[in-house]
Amino acid sequence: MELLGLYNYWVFAVLLMVGFYAVIAKPNMIKKLLGLSIFQAAVFLLYITMDKVEGGTAPIIQKGVVDAIYSNPLPQVLILTAIVVGISTTALGLALVVRIYEAYGTIEEDETQQLDIQRTDSQK
Amino acid sequence: MMTVVFGLFLLTLLVITAVAIVREENLFTSVMLTGIFSLLMASNFFILDAADVALTEAAIGAGISTVLLLGALALTPRDERKIKGGRWVALVVVTLTTLVVVYATFEKPRLGDPNAPVHQHVAPWYLEQTPALIDIPNVVTAVLGSYRAYDTLGEVIVVLTAGIGVLFLLGLPGAVGGRRRRDLAMGQTYLSHHLVPQVVGRLLIPFILLFALYVQFHGEYGPGGGFQAGAIFAAAIILYALIEGEREALTVIPPRMLMWMMSGGALLYGGVGIVTMLLGGNFLEYGVLADDPVTGQQVGIIIIELGVGITVAGVLLAIYHAFAARGR
Repeated sequence: MELLGLYNYWVFAVLLMVGFYAVIAKPNMIKKLLGLSIFQAAVFLLYITMDKVEGGTAPIIQKGVVDAIYSNPLPQVLILTAIVVGISTTALGLALVVRIYEAYGTIEEDETQQLDIQRTDSQK
Repeated sequence: MMTVVFGLFLLTLLVITAVAIVREENLFTSVMLTGIFSLLMASNFFILDAADVALTEAAIGAGISTVLLLGALALTPRDERKIKGGRWVALVVVTLTTLVVVYATFEKPRLGDPNAPVHQHVAPWYLEQTPALIDIPNVVTAVLGSYRAYDTLGEVIVVLTAGIGVLFLLGLPGAVGGRRRRDLAMGQTYLSHHLVPQVVGRLLIPFILLFALYVQFHGEYGPGGGFQAGAIFAAAIILYALIEGEREALTVIPPRMLMWMMSGGALLYGGVGIVTMLLGGNFLEYGVLADDPVTGQQVGIIIIELGVGITVAGVLLAIYHAFAARGR
């Protein structure tokens, strides 16, 4: 039972590495971006896990309730803004992928590298 | 106890979904699974007492993010090329790192431990002082809008910068000079010939807009605020665009107006800082905005939340339209 209190952190570790695997092992750029957002979501989960207080509730103070326990508001603020920044940066990445596809005709990383090598060879 | 079991169940589903997203070779399926992933994540945040974050994740992760990914998929191939051979090195690295991180967690305080270091630093001060200093119930909004206002201003600028970057890369016809808007979505019918989405959408859109305004202006009292409201507002307009077509949506909010929304919100936020300086306070010290410092704080937070909402809605809509306009 004591160990169950760590389950959130284990899921964080697994999600982090599942996302990281997609980033390093998959040549497809959209898959890389999806992996990056899983990686990002894992970090969000780590922060939000830390804010929980046993028996607590969301940090919205009610007048007249004296001995209420509230969860920590600070990690929530950090992650709330981070989610919005995350989608903006993902969109920027997607825009880059779209332009790469228009320029190379492929979004597989190894194929774009091959094309780059061919192009520099033909210039020599 | 019930919550614990439910939490374990949701977390396990989260891992399964994540593995499925990475393994799936059809990107369309992967993108749909990310929608489910975000919804599961939002439920988890809710169980962990983070109502504001859950609202944001549900609006952005499960809603707008999926639409943007589909917009990008419409412009790129849908299938991932099959990889020849296993990626053993990557697999070994990832497994080892997972084991190391799991080993490190044995030192972490257990979930919900009130004596964890994170609960000993500034957080108790925020919870104790907010009723006296700002007097709004939602401490998350108080920290976001007042105590850490510089931080939030920075985040708004980051969102604005990302929006500008996407527009530089993809362009938005009709936004700044150049191509006219006429060539956009001519003769496209979208979902308007499907009866069910059309009827349901028309019924829902006004209420989504109303909910966005509620979340915007009720953010001091309940879960909500500018970031969530901006995302929900953008989601309503995107739904309208999906049903009625780009052109109709761009008639409601023209590209030039989107430009003004993007920069105007951030300017409004920064403008509040300049005004507080002119009134003799520090940058973003809202106390000087009214005779009573507590009222001043509330006025300041409401105005900057409005600025945040306008910028977020503008940027998300501009990004969506940029992807959609590229498709023709």
